[in-house]
Amino acid sequence: MNIIVCIKQVPDTTNVRIDPETNTLVRSGVQSIVNPFDMYAIEEGVRLKEKFGGTVTIITMGPPQAEEALREAISLGADGAILISDRAFAGSDTWATSYTLSRAIQKIGKFDIIICGKQAIDGDTAQVGPGIAAFLDMPQITFVKKIEDIKDSLMRSERMTEEGYDIVESPLPCLITVVKEINEPRLPSLKGKLRAKKAEIKKLEAKDLDADPDLLGLKGSPTKVVKIFTPSPRKGGQILEGEVKDVSEKLVELLKSEIC
Amino acid sequence: MSIKIINEKCVGCKLCVRTCPFGAIELVNKKAVIDLHKCTLCGACIESCKFDAIVLTKINPTDMPFPKKFDEYKGVWVFCEQKKGVVQSVAYELLGKGRELADTLGVELCGVLLGENVKGEAQKVIHRGVNKVYLVDEAALKHYQDEPYSKVLIQLIKEHKPEIVLCGASSIGRSLISRVAIGIHAGLTADCTGLDIDIKERLLLQTRPAFGGNIMATIICPNHRPQMSTVRHKVMKEAVENKHYKGKIIEKSYDAKIYYSRTRLHDVVEEIEETVNLTEANVIVSGGRGMQSPENFKLIEDLAKSLGGAVGASRAAVDSGWKTYSHQVGQTGKTVCPKIYIACGISGQIQHLVGMQSSEIIVAINKDPHAPIFTVATYGIVGDLFEVLPELTRRFKEALKR
Repeated sequence: MNIIVCIKQVPDTTNVRIDPETNTLVRSGVQSIVNPFDMYAIEEGVRLKEKFGGTVTIITMGPPQAEEALREAISLGADGAILISDRAFAGSDTWATSYTLSRAIQKIGKFDIIICGKQAIDGDTAQVGPGIAAFLDMPQITFVKKIEDIKDSLMRSERMTEEGYDIVESPLPCLITVVKEINEPRLPSLKGKLRAKKAEIKKLEAKDLDADPDLLGLKGSPTKVVKIFTPSPRKGGQILEGEVKDVSEKLVELLKSEIC
Repeated sequence: MSIKIINEKCVGCKLCVRTCPFGAIELVNKKAVIDLHKCTLCGACIESCKFDAIVLTKINPTDMPFPKKFDEYKGVWVFCEQKKGVVQSVAYELLGKGRELADTLGVELCGVLLGENVKGEAQKVIHRGVNKVYLVDEAALKHYQDEPYSKVLIQLIKEHKPEIVLCGASSIGRSLISRVAIGIHAGLTADCTGLDIDIKERLLLQTRPAFGGNIMATIICPNHRPQMSTVRHKVMKEAVENKHYKGKIIEKSYDAKIYYSRTRLHDVVEEIEETVNLTEANVIVSGGRGMQSPENFKLIEDLAKSLGGAVGASRAAVDSGWKTYSHQVGQTGKTVCPKIYIACGISGQIQHLVGMQSSEIIVAINKDPHAPIFTVATYGIVGDLFEVLPELTRRFKEALKR
């Protein structure tokens, strides 16, 4: 079974603090990490390989330093990695990103499953996974919380919904996006880390893809950012003081009319 | 768009270096230098610079590379998501906003409804003030499935050419509309919190949070139609119902081929929870590490019950196995915006805050007066939640007669 996992390198917000004085983010020293949802995608890919055999190929589109993210994925058990990087891709929105990734996937050749994290934590759109599926005209199952079984080229999965989950069956090849509940990612092994260090990362540039240059990067992106601003911070709150029964009474008074 | 530093103005103060969320700015020879590989053109540095030394050249919508006229594209559409044959409230919220946009543009507001035996629901959509409902009533569309739904919606858009299409940012909406946008080469902006019209250019101005809500971006789609946006539940105000509103139901049907789906839906499982759906809830009571054990979540559940609300949990509580993932609020869980959010024993790390900070009223109960949660709280109680929670439950029960 050949598996492709699409990942993204994002700024790590784990160590970001809020400055209590100014009520703004302290951004200094923010590191780049693999998008947390993609860690579940990598893990699921490796688990499927361990169960059914085959290979796991990780791909990412991003700047040259996104190579670190690919090496991390290899340390977790992936077999190969491809960095799709070119200045021509800069400024891509989700349409152009889906297009570029789908062209790169066509270059890779035969595969059975594409796995993406449900969304990236910097953009939060959840649009690229289904976008790739649409470009490649593949069936998709989004928000997968469990792969129940794969048999006779049919995959049965549980898709998370607001009320519970749907059980959906799809023929392979198929694209899935995964949520946190699907697994618990492993830590890299020492052997894995050594392998990652030595692994050769394949690189693809715009000229390597059979892509229409007009559909790449900023030029190929239907949406354009015209304004960026900082939202007005939430107003400072009111601390209720006193004995438990007093503060409780105050709060009930304050909220009573809001609840009906 | 491009960004550059004006060296004559840069004094090397490092403010921008500290501000950049992507670590893309360095000081070289006492001047700021932007690494364009890392830069995402987010503009955070521009606001930080006190010397106007950073310039972001924005695209002027009127001199875009392929100016096209879109006179044939007219009207505002709202995809009316239904589950079990009932139109979801997010659709009614979008119709409220859609009416405003349509009136500003002087065009029709239309609903799109796909399902089985949902003609009665189409009538309800009309009572929310649409001019038309495009209805495709087919057994194959009873439950949402990616392929038939996206193919039908693409077909409808191609035939009738709306200039704007709005859709709820639900699990169905996100899966569907992303596929549709690719199929018709349209621009799509996720999770908009503000929608407005630039009447001169007839452009939809879509405002959305980025980077965990710390930056807001306004996005346009100048050269493609329709302009498409998703909006989360509870962000817009519902359209008022009026049984005297009149509108047309336009029933469409297509060749069986269009309804074909490679995936098969086997079962729809509803997990019966003690509380309601988090994204639907008006009141959410959430517990974090400060709850100390799964048994103590009973205090949260009791308070939620007395308020008719839902139970949420921080990542720490979910990772400890005290609550299931479906309760998790925050970056790797759900984003919620209830009327009242009560955070109990939650310190308020940024990952949690991004999932709940757009709630109307936030109440924080924590024993640590320096917990960051208090910086976003409307009302804070510094105290022992094992004393405060039962007291609150008792008093709310009394006050609300529950």
